[in-house]
Amino acid sequence: MTTLPTQTDKKLGLVIDLDTCVGCHGCVTSCKGWNTQNYGVPLSDKDAYGDPSGTFLNRVHSYEVQPDTGGAAQTIHFPRSCLHCEDAPCVTVCPTGASYKREEDGIVLVNENDCMGCGLCAWACPYGARELDALAGVMKKCTLCVDRIYNENLPEEDRIPACVRTCPAGARHFGDLGDPNSDVSKLVAERGGMDLMPELGTKPVNKYLPPRPKDTLDCSQSLEPVATEAKGFLGWLDKALEKL
Amino acid sequence: MGATAGTRIGARPSPDVSDEVRQTTCYMCACRCGINVHMKDGKVAYIEGNRDHPVNKGVLCAKGSSGIMQHNAPSRLRAPLKRVGPRGSGEFEEISWDEALEIATSWLKPIRETNPEKLAFFTGRDQSQSFTSFWAQNFGTPNYAAHGGFCSVNMAAAGIYTMGGAFWEFGQPDWDRAKLFMIFGVAEDHDSNPIKMGIGRLKANGGKIIGVNPIRSGYNAVADEWVGITPGTDGLFILALIHELMKAGKIDLDYLSRYTNAPAFINESEGPEKGLLLRDEDGKVLVMDRKSKDLVPFDTKGVRPDLNATHERDGVTHRTVFHSMATRYLDPQYAPEAVADQCGVSADRIKAIAALIAKTAFDEAIELDQPWTDFRGETHDKMIGRPVTFHSMRGISAHSNGFQTCRALHVLQILLGSVEVPGGFRFKPPYPKPVEAHPAPHCGVKPMSPLDGPHLGFVRGPEGLALKEDGSPARIDKAFTWENPMSAHGLMHMVIANAHAGDPYKIDTLFMYMANMAWNSTMNTKGTIEMLTDKDENGDYVIPHFIYSDAYSSETVAYADLVLPDTTYLERHDCISLLDRPICEADGAADAIRWPVVEPDRDVRGFQSVLCELGARLDLPAFVNEDGSQKWADYADYIQTHQRKPGIGPLAGFRGEDGDQNGRGAPNPNQLDAYIENGGFWVNHIEEEAQYFKPWNKAYQDWAVEIGILDTPMPYLFQLYVEPMRKFQLAAEGHGDRQPPDHLRQRIKDTMDPLPIWYAPFEGTLVDEEEFPVHALTQRPMAMYHSWGTQNAWLRQIHGRNPLYVPTKIWEANGFKDGDWAKVTSHHGEITVPVAHMAALNDNTVWTWNAIGKRKGAWALKEDAPEATKGFLLNHLIHELLPSRGDGMRWANSDPITGQASWFDLKVRIEKSEAPPDESQPAFPPIKSPVGQGPEDLAWEVGK
Repeated sequence: MTTLPTQTDKKLGLVIDLDTCVGCHGCVTSCKGWNTQNYGVPLSDKDAYGDPSGTFLNRVHSYEVQPDTGGAAQTIHFPRSCLHCEDAPCVTVCPTGASYKREEDGIVLVNENDCMGCGLCAWACPYGARELDALAGVMKKCTLCVDRIYNENLPEEDRIPACVRTCPAGARHFGDLGDPNSDVSKLVAERGGMDLMPELGTKPVNKYLPPRPKDTLDCSQSLEPVATEAKGFLGWLDKALEKL
Repeated sequence: MGATAGTRIGARPSPDVSDEVRQTTCYMCACRCGINVHMKDGKVAYIEGNRDHPVNKGVLCAKGSSGIMQHNAPSRLRAPLKRVGPRGSGEFEEISWDEALEIATSWLKPIRETNPEKLAFFTGRDQSQSFTSFWAQNFGTPNYAAHGGFCSVNMAAAGIYTMGGAFWEFGQPDWDRAKLFMIFGVAEDHDSNPIKMGIGRLKANGGKIIGVNPIRSGYNAVADEWVGITPGTDGLFILALIHELMKAGKIDLDYLSRYTNAPAFINESEGPEKGLLLRDEDGKVLVMDRKSKDLVPFDTKGVRPDLNATHERDGVTHRTVFHSMATRYLDPQYAPEAVADQCGVSADRIKAIAALIAKTAFDEAIELDQPWTDFRGETHDKMIGRPVTFHSMRGISAHSNGFQTCRALHVLQILLGSVEVPGGFRFKPPYPKPVEAHPAPHCGVKPMSPLDGPHLGFVRGPEGLALKEDGSPARIDKAFTWENPMSAHGLMHMVIANAHAGDPYKIDTLFMYMANMAWNSTMNTKGTIEMLTDKDENGDYVIPHFIYSDAYSSETVAYADLVLPDTTYLERHDCISLLDRPICEADGAADAIRWPVVEPDRDVRGFQSVLCELGARLDLPAFVNEDGSQKWADYADYIQTHQRKPGIGPLAGFRGEDGDQNGRGAPNPNQLDAYIENGGFWVNHIEEEAQYFKPWNKAYQDWAVEIGILDTPMPYLFQLYVEPMRKFQLAAEGHGDRQPPDHLRQRIKDTMDPLPIWYAPFEGTLVDEEEFPVHALTQRPMAMYHSWGTQNAWLRQIHGRNPLYVPTKIWEANGFKDGDWAKVTSHHGEITVPVAHMAALNDNTVWTWNAIGKRKGAWALKEDAPEATKGFLLNHLIHELLPSRGDGMRWANSDPITGQASWFDLKVRIEKSEAPPDESQPAFPPIKSPVGQGPEDLAWEVGK
């Protein structure tokens, strides 16, 4: 068993806007690209040119939702990655101490040197956010780009996770959710940001902003005609032109 | 347990990111974003967006972020290939470039010496059309175009003819000021990142989005309102919106009278002048001043044109364009109640959308305190904006009624006064540009001579058609003929079929670049393969020679006799030129380059550089020096030194010998270095006074002349009424010297209406509605571009298979369950494919992702790759010709005005497959891969 810190100095995490995510997968491959070259072993792909199966730290799923109101079905794009839970079951279950939550910023990481690839953590994570790399036999998960966010070799504006930097729709936000005055905390307050499956008690740091209500146009609205046929319209037109 | 903490990563890790960053332009789709390529040990390590770049401002999509997998794809061709087995076998031998160019020269030289039309040179998804067309023009063949005819020419041509520019490369919504955004029929990747960024900004500003698309995915998924319209009825829906808005007087009369041809006079007399506009001796359209009642040219200073005047001259009545519009669109046939069933949208909803548009445009109008002066010399102290903006793409244009539908959308924009105003739609330089600023098509062929002018252009009337003296088509694709007079981008989808049929004539050599015409880029894939492999009575191929250039081992490679291997996008020079498909912003002119951030490790060459050498071997005038030696060493040399006219070259930035001139200036021998130094691009911003009302804004027109976009100011009126269309109708009515064949007269009269109309898409009217009741479409996914993503190890894990998505009603009627397969039949063919349920879909439409299905043996994939076993193409159901009418004619499955391929007119029947096959049907035999197969596993890390 591995222990969690009783509290962390910061709660770094992501705020993902489900109202704006168009499901483009930019975050998916940008993450794959950065993390293949950086933290730990590369994210491999088995049978890459046959029936492929690769490791991803971030995936986007699409769901259809039929609203209770009986309106048209809706499509929701749902990006999924580690939520850096405060009460992370993936850490406490780790037999070697490889999985840990950082005291300084709350990021949940895997120390790959100590990971024996037993997979217990992936089993414990209710979100399916961890993937065992099939080639390296090492557990992989979102690092919140820990090797970017403090990296003095990057320009300051780029010290954010790769997925946030690349998101074309601006649907991904990064910051300290432990600071109520941070931009991300304000966004969560303003838009009713939600925990994913809060009933599980994992206390995720990442938040999701819910889609705004859709198909709400009041169909009793219509325009008042100035005339009902062309001749009357042209009469209106002459008067309207005089006013210009 | 904390004993191992010492091997954990540090608290604030700061590892080296890369040895060097090289900035170039993405080519993972046609969006052309700026990218930072991080290099480690001389290899590409990581690709991210360039924050300074005008297109993407740092962001990058799934495709762009997977560029490393494209650049290193095992399907890359390695050397020139000469076919040694029969066409389609994939049997090739690698040859030297010298031999390859010698073979090409031996085929092309005799053609040029005898009859240049025997070469058909078509360049697919080419981003160097100003160069490839220049080469073709120098060769002298009339047979050149890129892929616009099977993509979105309806959108482009309708935009140019109506308002001097269209969407995407021509313009963009005013994202920062718009409050309502309406998006019609947009495949998810056009245009890629700017739309995603814009939607994000609009939503952050509290704006609303209405998505009009039979399929609620992508942009439509995040729209506030989804209109799941019946395919092919968008035009009718738009005309009903126009009906509602006009009837309520919710139109911008001031804008219409000042900036459009709404006040122009239409001749109402029977005869050869009927429907033409009243003009003065200089050809200027005349309008009537409201106060003085004087008839004056439209650009007269101080004129207040009357929208409702009548003018009698020589016993002939002339009434305004606007009068015609009122008469037409107020007619009850366009009332929401009349169109609701056909569109699959309730009348109440159409009315409510019209009301929302009106409220946003007029009650929430924007006023900017920005004075500007118009082309008549009048100064305005404010800029008035209508914050309703639109975007549209293939969904409305790839129908046989697409041109008129695109026109209808532009007319709607103009009636609202929301084009080139704050909050509306804004042009991007070099647009706006009236039809008069574009060339007309040319087809004058003479052996050993260049063509008499540019191939493609905008016809102004029958006199501009590309016809031979005997009236037969001058071009192999029959562009600019009576079958499709305004085919501004040509008809690439008809080239192979026409060449095979010898209609209008036979050719000798087919030369293509970057178009997968033996697979997903063609209609009737199986038939096209047969045409490419068909032999005549002598045992020779009916299309005698086929030269193909591609970077990858696509399906089409197997059918070529000679393959010229191109580089990847990170190994090449390119210019994203203002002369071509530009990447500008509404606030500025921009262009960009690609440059070899790595050198090729194979015996491959950039296709454009190959054309420089081939052009010299063929002695094409512009490609040789006076002594006959090769003029441009390679494409980079051309980019830096070519001048289209004095001072104007492929790149507008860093001109002049010292590189300090913008737009105009002498060639700069260090221009490419200057671009590299500047991050791979150049931008020149437009001053605030000139940023809106560009077609009429004096300051904008002057800026455009200064930087070389225009030679002289060219203010113009928006063409609600497109007079050139009327000229074709007049010919069909029997007027004029150039007359259409009789079998086309009625169709020209019916379809070439100078004011937007709607008619039912052709295929649906020719097949039995009960036999083929369902619409079938494709959408291009955001994470995949045409076929190019398929060999990409990362992207193919996102889209490696493509079920046919079926709406609830059809799903339940057929008793479908998860894992089922369906037989889908059209008038032309049959496929058997996996199905999946989708509720957020028009009730009478099925669809699938475009171009996921692959042929076994192509793209260096294993034969059991899901793309080849579960993936499929809808193309097998679509014919390049309409169903036979028994008249012996070959009627193209295209828009009758522009020739745009009518992909989305497809009607099908769907039935559950009781005995599902092992693989999607039809299955084709494997082709032998000229590059072998990709490796088993990847763990792609460089520089360690």
